[in-house]
Amino acid sequence: MRKFELLDGLVVPLDRANVDTDAIIPKQFLKSIKRSGFGPNAFDEWRYLDHGEPGMDNGKRPLNKEFVLNQPRYQGAQILLVRENFGCGSSREHAPWALEDYGFRVIIAPSFADIFFNNCFKNGLLPIRLDADKVDALFKAVEANVGYKLKVDLGLQAITAPDGTVYKFEVDAFRKHCLLNGLDDIGLTLQHVEDIKAFEAKHRAAQPWLFA
Amino acid sequence: MNAKTLYDKLWDSHVVRQEADGTALIYIDRHLVHEVTSPQAFEGLKLARRKPWRTGSMLAVPDHNVPTTHRAAGIADPISRIQVETLDANCAEFGVVEFKMNDIRQGIVHVIGPEQGATLPGMTVVCGDSHTSTHGAFAALAHGIGTSEVEHVMATQCLVAKKSKAMLVKVEGALGKGVTAKDVALAVIGTIGTAGGTGYAIEFAGSAIRALSMEGRMTLCNMAIEAGARAGMVAADETTLAYIKGRPFAPQGEQWDKAVAYWRTLHSDAGAQFDAVVELDAAGIRPQVTWGTSPEMVTSIDGRVPDPASAPDAVRRSDWERALAYMDLKANTPIGEIRIDKVFIGSCTNGRIEDMRAAAAVARGRKVAANVKLAMVVPGSGLVKAQAEKEGLDKVFIEAGFEWRDPGCSMCLAMNDDRLEPGERCAATSNRNFEGRQGQGGRTHLVSPAMAAAAAIAGHFIDVSKE
Repeated sequence: MRKFELLDGLVVPLDRANVDTDAIIPKQFLKSIKRSGFGPNAFDEWRYLDHGEPGMDNGKRPLNKEFVLNQPRYQGAQILLVRENFGCGSSREHAPWALEDYGFRVIIAPSFADIFFNNCFKNGLLPIRLDADKVDALFKAVEANVGYKLKVDLGLQAITAPDGTVYKFEVDAFRKHCLLNGLDDIGLTLQHVEDIKAFEAKHRAAQPWLFA
Repeated sequence: MNAKTLYDKLWDSHVVRQEADGTALIYIDRHLVHEVTSPQAFEGLKLARRKPWRTGSMLAVPDHNVPTTHRAAGIADPISRIQVETLDANCAEFGVVEFKMNDIRQGIVHVIGPEQGATLPGMTVVCGDSHTSTHGAFAALAHGIGTSEVEHVMATQCLVAKKSKAMLVKVEGALGKGVTAKDVALAVIGTIGTAGGTGYAIEFAGSAIRALSMEGRMTLCNMAIEAGARAGMVAADETTLAYIKGRPFAPQGEQWDKAVAYWRTLHSDAGAQFDAVVELDAAGIRPQVTWGTSPEMVTSIDGRVPDPASAPDAVRRSDWERALAYMDLKANTPIGEIRIDKVFIGSCTNGRIEDMRAAAAVARGRKVAANVKLAMVVPGSGLVKAQAEKEGLDKVFIEAGFEWRDPGCSMCLAMNDDRLEPGERCAATSNRNFEGRQGQGGRTHLVSPAMAAAAAIAGHFIDVSKE
C-alpha cells in the first residue's frame, strides 16, 4: 500500500450528502477483475453526458461541464470535500480504487459510511471526519478562492488552511500507523499466527459444528 | 456478571486478540464469496504466494452477473462471462465449494447461505457485499467487507475490526394487514435516516419481530445497511431453530442438540445496555413507498411526495430538490397517483419463497396493467424457484403477464441485461433507489413484494392493505 504522510493538495467541493458508491463507480465497471484503471470512470454518470461502458475511450466522451470535477479550476485536485454519509451503499472497494486512481488522497466529510471508511485505509486514502460547521466553512472558502489548497499532516493529525486555521482530526492509532508506513494488514495479522491457531483450537472444541 | 447484549456475546466469543486502541482481530466462521468482489482478492493471495486459511469456511456462488434467461446458452456479455469464469477457476484452484451457474443450488449469496444451513446462530459471517447483514437474522454477527478484507479473511481467517456501538430497534405490537418486514425496514430507515445506524450494530427486537418468519427477519436485517448499520441481528428462538433443522450444512444428531443448547443463549440479557434505543409501534406502520433517491426518502402509501420547502435544513432541501428532479416528481403528488413502467420482484431483500407467495397472492387471477412494459419475478435461488413451481406460483405469475426468470441479483443492480432504460419508473422489491442503480437514468421506488405486485396490476401504486 502507498504511504500517506503529508499532502499539500488542491481541494474540489462536491456539494452533496449521501453520495453512494453506485455514484462513485457505477456497476458496469465492477465487471473488471483488476484493481486498477477505475479513475476515468469515477462518478461516471455525473461526469459524462453519455452512457459509459467498460472499454470505451473516455477521452472521446462528452463531458458534463456543469459537474464540479470537470471545471478547469479543480483539475488536479487531490482532496475531495463532501457532505455527510459519503460512500454509503454497496461495499464495493472499487469506489476507493476509483477515487485513488483519479488522484484523490484525502476525503473530508462530516461523516462516512462504515464500510467505505474502512476500505479507504486499505488503499492509501485518508478519510477525515470534521464537524459539519467546519466542513461548511471549508465549502465556502473553496468556492470563494480559486486554487484553494489544504495541507494535511497525518502525523500531527492536522489540516492547515491558507489563512492559518488549523483543523485537528481523529484517526485510529492502528490505522494511522499502517497508513504512515504503507503497511499491508495481512502481513501484520500473520505476525499473530499462533494466537489465531490457539483461538481456532478452542473455538473448534467449543463449537465443533462450525468446522464440520 | 454484567448483562450482555446479543452483539456483546457474538463479539466477545470471536476476539482473537485486542490492541490498546480497541482494534481487534476477530475470527471469521463463514466466508461467502461471489464473482464481483473476489477476483482481486484471489489474485492478491496468489501474488503473495498465500493460500486460504480454511477453505471449509468458504462457500462461493456467482450471482451478480448471471443472466436470468436462456442460461443454458451461457453468458453473452464477454466481460461478465470472464468474471464468472474467474470465480470458477479460483474455486477449482483452491478447492472452495462453489454452486455454479447451472447448479439448482445457485442463487443470490444471501439467499443460499441460510437456505443451505451454511449460516448458523453464533457465527461470524462475512462476504464482500454490503447486504451480508441479512445473515444476522440467525443471531449471527454478519456484515459486508471490502475486497482487501476478503483477501485478509482468506489469508488469516480473521478480520481487523473495532467494536461498533449497539442500537436496539424495538417494534412492539402486531403488523396490520398487508404490512410486511419490508415495510418495517423502510419505516425504520425513514425514522432514523440512512446514516442513523452508522457506527452501530442494530438488534431488532419486540413482539412484532418475534412474530416474523425467518424470511421476514432476513428482509429486515438485509436493510440494516440502508440505515447505515453494517450489521443487523435478531435473537435466536424457536422460529430460528425450526428453519435451520435438517438443512444440508446444519449440524445433526448429538451435534444438533449441543448447538441448540448454545444457540438458546444467543439473545440480549435482561437489563443489557444499548447505546441507542429506537421504538416503533407496529400498528402504526403502513405499506411504505420510497419517493426519492435514498432509502430514507420514504413515506406510506397514504402519503404524498414531500415539498422541499418543508425540508428540515438546507442540505436536505437541496437533496430533496435534486431527488425530485431526478425522479421527475412534483411536490405534494399523492403516492397513489405515481404510474410505473416496470416491476421488479426479487433480490436478496425479497427473493425468498415467502416473497414469491405474497406477490403471487396479489397477482392470482389478474392481469398486469397495459402501461406496465415489463413485470419480472426473479426468484432468489434455484431452490426457491423449484419450490415456487411446485406450488404453481410460476403459472400464477405467467398467466397474469409477469415474466418468470432464473435466479440472480438481476435488476437490483443491473449488472446483467436486466435494467431500466433512462426515464423508466420501476416498483422494485430490492433495497436501493440510488440514482442509476437499476440502470442509468432509471427511477426506482422501493416497496414490498405484495405492493409491487399490486402496482403491476393497477399500473400505479395502490394500497395493498385495502385489496
